Amino acid sequence: MLDPLARLGRAGIDTLEQIGRGHLLLLGILSGFADLARRPRLLIAQLYAVGVLSLLIVAVSGTFVGMVLSLQGYYILSQFGAEQTLGVMVAASLVRELGPVVAALLFAGRAGSALTAEIGLMAATEQLSGLEMMAVNPVKRILAPRFLAGFISMPLLAAIFSALGVVGGYFVGVGLLGVDDGAFWSQMQAKIDLQGDVRNGVIKSLVFGFVCTWIALFQGYYAVPTAEGVSRATTRTVVHSSLAVLGLDFILTALMFGD
Amino acid sequence: MASVGEPLVKIRDLHYSRDKNHIFKGVDVDIARGGVTAVMGPSGTGKTTLLKLIGGQLYPDSGTIHIDGQDVHKMKTSDLYRLRMRMGMLFQSGALLTDISVFENVAYPLREHTPLPESMIRKLVLLKLEAVGLRGARDLMPSELSGGMARRVALARAIALDPGMIMYDEPFTGQDPISMGVLVKLIRSLNDASRLTSIVVSHDVQETAGIADYIYLISDGKVVDQGVPEKMMDSRSEWSRQFMKGLPDGPAAFHYRAPELEQDLMG
Amino acid sequence: MRNSRHIEILVGAFMAAGLVALFFLAMQVSNLGSTSTGDGYRVTARFDNIGSLKVRSPVTMAGVRVGRVSAIDYDSTTYEAVVSLHIEGRFDQIPEDSFAKIFTAGLLGEQYIGLDPGGSESYLTEGGELALTQSALVLEEIIGQFLFSKAQEGVKDE
Ligand SMILES: Nc1ncnc2c1ncn2[C@@H]1O[C@H](COP(=O)(O)OP(=O)(O)OP(=O)(O)O)[C@@H](O)[C@H]1O
Ligand SMILES: [Mg+2]
Repeated sequence: MLDPLARLGRAGIDTLEQIGRGHLLLLGILSGFADLARRPRLLIAQLYAVGVLSLLIVAVSGTFVGMVLSLQGYYILSQFGAEQTLGVMVAASLVRELGPVVAALLFAGRAGSALTAEIGLMAATEQLSGLEMMAVNPVKRILAPRFLAGFISMPLLAAIFSALGVVGGYFVGVGLLGVDDGAFWSQMQAKIDLQGDVRNGVIKSLVFGFVCTWIALFQGYYAVPTAEGVSRATTRTVVHSSLAVLGLDFILTALMFGD
Repeated sequence: MASVGEPLVKIRDLHYSRDKNHIFKGVDVDIARGGVTAVMGPSGTGKTTLLKLIGGQLYPDSGTIHIDGQDVHKMKTSDLYRLRMRMGMLFQSGALLTDISVFENVAYPLREHTPLPESMIRKLVLLKLEAVGLRGARDLMPSELSGGMARRVALARAIALDPGMIMYDEPFTGQDPISMGVLVKLIRSLNDASRLTSIVVSHDVQETAGIADYIYLISDGKVVDQGVPEKMMDSRSEWSRQFMKGLPDGPAAFHYRAPELEQDLMG
Repeated sequence: MRNSRHIEILVGAFMAAGLVALFFLAMQVSNLGSTSTGDGYRVTARFDNIGSLKVRSPVTMAGVRVGRVSAIDYDSTTYEAVVSLHIEGRFDQIPEDSFAKIFTAGLLGEQYIGLDPGGSESYLTEGGELALTQSALVLEEIIGQFLFSKAQEGVKDE
């Protein structure tokens, strides 16, 4: 039986080791960006795997979230005779919060888990080892393009999510519930600020893209190279990414909108 | 013996352990330039580990490995990568990249490390695939290959850059007698034609003895015997004789360390 | 790589869709057309009390938005609030002697600055000052004044 204090100490040291490893890996990945300029094809292939393949789920979810927001918002706002501000409510929730956060959660589930499984399997089948022996650095050649693709895709996916959400909200609010067309857009345009809202939303999704892709690649690269190890790593990617997104969202929101 | 001057690889007093498992307890091995050196030993003694140590993928607890006079584990990363460009390694599992075709796998090191034009790469790749008898399989994906075929593609990839040294990890496993014969001849002719240095790790005593210039027998973390093949067959050491002739009875243990079977069964 | 053209086209479409979405958020959802970062000029106005006026509150003329509040400061020598207004460049013919009032949109709505045009021939330019101002109506003060005047009437009647 291990002394609880010793166990705590060991857990602490293990955590520090993980943090150190993660940052060293990140450093390796970032140093691979220079090579990437000479091989744009690697990036394009990953933009496809990470971005295009996540597009459908993000687009569908965004549209439906916008529609539901509009429906729920209408019933509450109409009680105060304020259904004219429906556009503001839908757009503000999407642009500030739901767009970046939900798109990031979907991204972690769709693209992040796939990245972890792919890298983990490449490690388990000695493909990464094989690359090293061919004098090819797998961190630069395999991880770096995936990282950059995730970082680029995330804000675009979040923007698509928000934009389609607004459109979905418009169809439900104006088309179905009869909110005035002009009021819907003009109130929205008067209250949603490019700097305060749209830009901050984009900053959030850049941060989320960075963190989610980092976690996914880290988990894959250091997965125990067995079927079970890779499956556990995949689960960890989704759980850690989701928690990181929600936690960071709170911090970023407090910093940005805390006045 | 083909040993000319300094050995290419010099391993001195190598110690390596994984967790609590002492895999090497002081190993000395010389790999002669331009020769075929075989490393043999029971399954699980650390032959694959030894190759990874030579390739600089693992770090020893103590002891040194010099290649061409340079300490592999004290090199700068960029130098290590330059060294690996002149080293080919055939992995036990093949380690092919599963998302690209056979052709692209063999072309991969060429595309990475040479500025050759596409037409030249195509010619080289087809020649290497021809050498392992798989030119017709160039458009298959690695998942569509059998284990033995995958290993041969991996061999074609390992020799794509015409390295100065090749490490073969179990090249013969899973090959039918015909491809086995072709591989044996291929390894030998590669070696003789271009004064390549080869390290072969294998269990196949007959084939290995047929092409090796020198054999090391490793067991239980130590070199138990070494010599030219003919001498090993009737070595003074009873252990070597048993291993080389594949006899079930003798000092060499077939089982992994365990308590007596009777005790285990009785619980 | 197989289908590499196909993949390139899809990636191109994805990037384009993402940029269109960002453009849509900037132009249609937010107020890029009238944002305070564009060209324009800055004038100041002093108020005794600005109520709950905020940075980015609208500035309107005849109900049309012409700018935004860009900063709010406090002048500790005169005990006044100094409000900086960012007026868009295309509204460059606002008389110098215009009257700035703080209004409330609806009974409980947010506050904004309304400009009543004066009669001057010269117009406001960068760094100008609106001299004529009327402070925000603070609900509590109005109620207080009302009660006070009623009480006064009561005293007279006696
Ligand atoms: N990743 C690992 N983690 C822990 N122990 C390992 C790992 N890989 C190998 N080992 C241990 O190292 C020892 C040597 O393994 P290695 O793969 O080098 O054996 P080998 O001689 O190549 O065997 P074989 O002939 O069956 O391929 C084994 O006892 C194994 O248990
Ligand atoms: Mg092995």
